[in-house]
Amino acid sequence: MKKIITLALAAIISLTALTSCGSSGKTVSTDGSTSMEKVIGALGESFMNANSGVTFTYNPTGSGTGIQAVTEGRCDIGLSSRSLKDSEKANGLTETVLAYDGIAVIVNPENPVHDLDVATIAAIYTGEITNWSEVGGNDSEIVLIGREANSGTRDGFESITDTEDACKYRQELTSTGDVITAVASNPGAIGYASVASLKDSVKALTVAGVTANEENIKNGSYVIQRPFVLVTKADTTLSETAQKFFDYATSAEANDLIIKAGVVPAT
Amino acid sequence: MKHKTKSLEHIIHGIFLILGLITVGCVLLISVYLILSGLPAILEVGIADFLFGSSWEPSAAEPEYGILPFILTSIYGTAGAIIIGVPIGFLTAVYLAKMAPKKVKAVIQQAVSMLAGIPSVVYGLVGMIVLVPGIRKLFGIPDGSGLLAAIIVLAIMILPSIIKMSVTALEAVPKEFEDASLALGATPEETYFRVSVPAAKSGIAASVVLGVGRAIGEAMAVMMVAGNVPNMPDSIFQSVRFLTTAVASEMAYSVPGSLHRNALFSIALVLFLFIMLINATLNFFLKGDRTK
Repeated sequence: MKKIITLALAAIISLTALTSCGSSGKTVSTDGSTSMEKVIGALGESFMNANSGVTFTYNPTGSGTGIQAVTEGRCDIGLSSRSLKDSEKANGLTETVLAYDGIAVIVNPENPVHDLDVATIAAIYTGEITNWSEVGGNDSEIVLIGREANSGTRDGFESITDTEDACKYRQELTSTGDVITAVASNPGAIGYASVASLKDSVKALTVAGVTANEENIKNGSYVIQRPFVLVTKADTTLSETAQKFFDYATSAEANDLIIKAGVVPAT
Repeated sequence: MKHKTKSLEHIIHGIFLILGLITVGCVLLISVYLILSGLPAILEVGIADFLFGSSWEPSAAEPEYGILPFILTSIYGTAGAIIIGVPIGFLTAVYLAKMAPKKVKAVIQQAVSMLAGIPSVVYGLVGMIVLVPGIRKLFGIPDGSGLLAAIIVLAIMILPSIIKMSVTALEAVPKEFEDASLALGATPEETYFRVSVPAAKSGIAASVVLGVGRAIGEAMAVMMVAGNVPNMPDSIFQSVRFLTTAVASEMAYSVPGSLHRNALFSIALVLFLFIMLINATLNFFLKGDRTK
């Protein structure tokens, strides 16, 4: 008898688990860029608060995976921290810029250097400049910290500084948080990270005298920046709830939240 | 009533069989999937160029897919972890199994179990915050992340498997062996190292192989301390990338269906073969134990 009860219970549990997986019309699923975590998290939370009974999910997998997920229909909206490639647009995807994110060049707070221009940053990352004393700092070797190949942040940084495939990294880490931790624990390190996720444990450099802040990113004077993109399929209409979220995220209403998350709204 | 119990038993048997087959099915599915998705890139790049090419540049204008740096790093890293971890683990096991007072033994075994339960990301984080700066200061080099840091983290991570399995093997040595040795006038230490250890050698060897398996398959912790640049491991301070981290760090961003993504599957296939080899060795040792 006991066995039968256990079996029955197991069956019930697995059934409920199955049904809860099934997507109802009341869910918005997003998938993609880890850099967008803060902004999309804030938007999702306030969207859920405003619409009771709606579930919002965010899967932080990376821009490439997010774009793939939306192509395969595994999520409603893909999140990418780079513009879509032409090949991806040819696959029937459309992009809507949600916000602009500055990529800050960060050093250890002990480092006396506080300003570099893009050309110098490029020279440092390609290994032409290897000692901080060459750019007005202490006599110590420069330790280059970066992200893994194809990361949205690395892609953005390398394309803006024109250093694609030429960077002589000492460490290639897989998340923004790891880059910040590595730079914070090494006085000779230089790294790059999304302005939105900066912490006090590292110091953001000014680039050619321009501080990485909202105003300068929005007016374009801070040059190391990239778009945060919502990716959707051109030929498929979103579910009612997903469309509602899409409209909300791109409306002026959401701007406060986007600014709070440290990035600059596109609208 | 009897008939009813029997049919119920048959049903339960059937359920257990199905559950067992799920495991077998998963193994088969993964093996077939890995081979199918791993082979094309190896064939496209060429087996020799893939396995012995020394440069990995998947996103360059002219991509190169040589995984020799990863293979060597994984071998060196695992060997280093074994060189550091096995003596510590082995001697701890001898102490725990034969010499330690009961209370001390209980405390140490509890600690070993906890060490086994710590998630690998925590090992990585502690390594990143404590070990990497420590190596940098100790050796006066610009950056402490690299092969040495990974070896130390791995050595600590394999300790629990080595200690636990060796203790079990040593405790299974018949007491008569030891009594005989002691009765012949050998000191306890002589007895442990000349009698107990040789008698438990297949179990201890198996524990080392298990440690190798754990070290070669670890991804998260080494990803955070090894530096992850695909260099040849020509110095212990070099920033290096392991087979596991090569797959883990680039999988998320590689374009599906591209040669790059397929090459990552090929790396996984190579890793898989390594681990199969290690498992076969493990089976060999364990079987040797049984036939004796």
